[in-house]
Amino acid sequence: MARAVTTRHKITATVFAWLVALLIFFPILYTLITSIKTEPEAIAGFSLIPSGTFENYITVQTQRDYLKPFMNSVIISVGSTILALIIAIPAAWAMAFSPTRRTKDILMWMLSTKMMPAVAVLVPIYLMFRDFGLLDSRIGLTVMLMLINLPIVVWMLYTYFREIPGEILEAARMDGAGLWQEIVYVLTPMAVPGIASTLLLNIILAWNESFWTIRLTTTNAAPLTAFIASFSSPQGLFWAKLSAASTMAIAPILILGWFSQKQLVRGLTFGAVK
Amino acid sequence: MATQNTKTLARLMMAPSVLLLLIWMIVPLAMTLWFSFQNYNLLNPANVSFAGLFNYQFFYTDPAFFQSIWNTLAIVVGVLLITVVGGIAIALLLDQPIFGQGIVRILVISPFFVMPPVAALIWKNMIMHPGYGVLADIAKFFGFRPIDWFAQYPLFSIVVIVAWQWLPFATLILLTALQSLDSEQKEAAEMDGANFVNRFIYLTLPHLARAITVVILIQTIFLLGVYAEILVTTNGGPGYASTNLAFLIYRTALLGYDVGGASAGGIIAVILANIVAIFLMRAVGRNLDR
Repeated sequence: MARAVTTRHKITATVFAWLVALLIFFPILYTLITSIKTEPEAIAGFSLIPSGTFENYITVQTQRDYLKPFMNSVIISVGSTILALIIAIPAAWAMAFSPTRRTKDILMWMLSTKMMPAVAVLVPIYLMFRDFGLLDSRIGLTVMLMLINLPIVVWMLYTYFREIPGEILEAARMDGAGLWQEIVYVLTPMAVPGIASTLLLNIILAWNESFWTIRLTTTNAAPLTAFIASFSSPQGLFWAKLSAASTMAIAPILILGWFSQKQLVRGLTFGAVK
Repeated sequence: MATQNTKTLARLMMAPSVLLLLIWMIVPLAMTLWFSFQNYNLLNPANVSFAGLFNYQFFYTDPAFFQSIWNTLAIVVGVLLITVVGGIAIALLLDQPIFGQGIVRILVISPFFVMPPVAALIWKNMIMHPGYGVLADIAKFFGFRPIDWFAQYPLFSIVVIVAWQWLPFATLILLTALQSLDSEQKEAAEMDGANFVNRFIYLTLPHLARAITVVILIQTIFLLGVYAEILVTTNGGPGYASTNLAFLIYRTALLGYDVGGASAGGIIAVILANIVAIFLMRAVGRNLDR
């Protein structure tokens, strides 16, 4: 009897959960479907059955050179993340293993720099980029995104490193491990998962950053965010192609994101929710 | 002596991050502050002069200014309401035993990974378009006249799009927090005859307080600067109906070429963000320290 109730409960919950999930996912699903429709089909009214053409994907590549913004996105998001890691790892390391009274304050201050509205420094950044010839350059944008995400990278690494027990170092030292051996054989293996999670999450954040990437680029260094935003003006009659471009723009990061759910919660809440 | 060495080393290791962030924070902000007191137009860059408080006065007396502040707050509050309430509801649902939980989670979390321009264009063209959008198709099916969302309810439309992007984030964090709730406590409450509502109010909600706080804090940081969603959908219009402060400053700076005016707006944005931040930190500080 009790089991019958639980099964019914489970089925009811399943039905509702799937309904909600499909509703939330619907805009993405519909984009995917529209991307393999022909243009007349795309505006012919609601239909979940496409004719299954891949022409749009080819057109987006041949007419708008999709690979260029794609490569820009890859270079800028990966580049800025690795740059941020190189700068942040020593800092987070020091804060986690030799904390002082001021460590907490420094961390809070770093986080507070995220609170500064980007738009407040749009004018000086734009003028500096113009004067240094950095507008529409991949290097400029990479440095920019590195700076924006640096506080988050330091914070995330700090919360991961803090969980590495300090005693293990003492144990290694007692066993006669030198500093180099300590780093290579003891610390690195324990730090790698945290570094990998940070890397993954920040690539996602950098990939989707949509203020500086749009404002500081025009054509040469424009990543996918700017590329897609450039489709905003002409209305209608190109939706299938836009859907194809959109699908290609979000697919890599969507798949990466699915694998990083756990790290996402930890990372974006700075370890407050696990 | 060893400790002295470690301390020096620790300082050296922290120096690059701290210095970079210090420069990143101070230099552009100081420049914005400086520009905000200048008459400086990019169309006439040779003619720069001291303006005193004129830029602030200009910004303050512009009717678009108050509307943009109101819109900024409306977007933040509207999206927070939808995502927190919706997030709790969906998290409670997904916390039940269901078939295909893994796939459901993947579907629900997906919008968070969609870049803002794509999210905005999907909603603009495929969902909310008055002629060809899915909502228009539904309205026509039931014999109603389709609504031109971005013309009639521009701010609401923006809120819907942004809420769609952040709902997964709230849901995922609240769900994670829910799953750490001690099941023994739940069972004990059930045994004592507490019904669902009571269990929710006295057990679940207090347990979620910390997660809700974090959701509000982090989302607010991002929601104050909503930009791309406005750029590709309404472009701030009609009139200034969907212009938030970020968008107004962009308009003044890069479309109006008014460096002084935009800088004054930037300083106002910083002050606003700080008020919100202090208010938030105070409200959430106690909750986070626990």
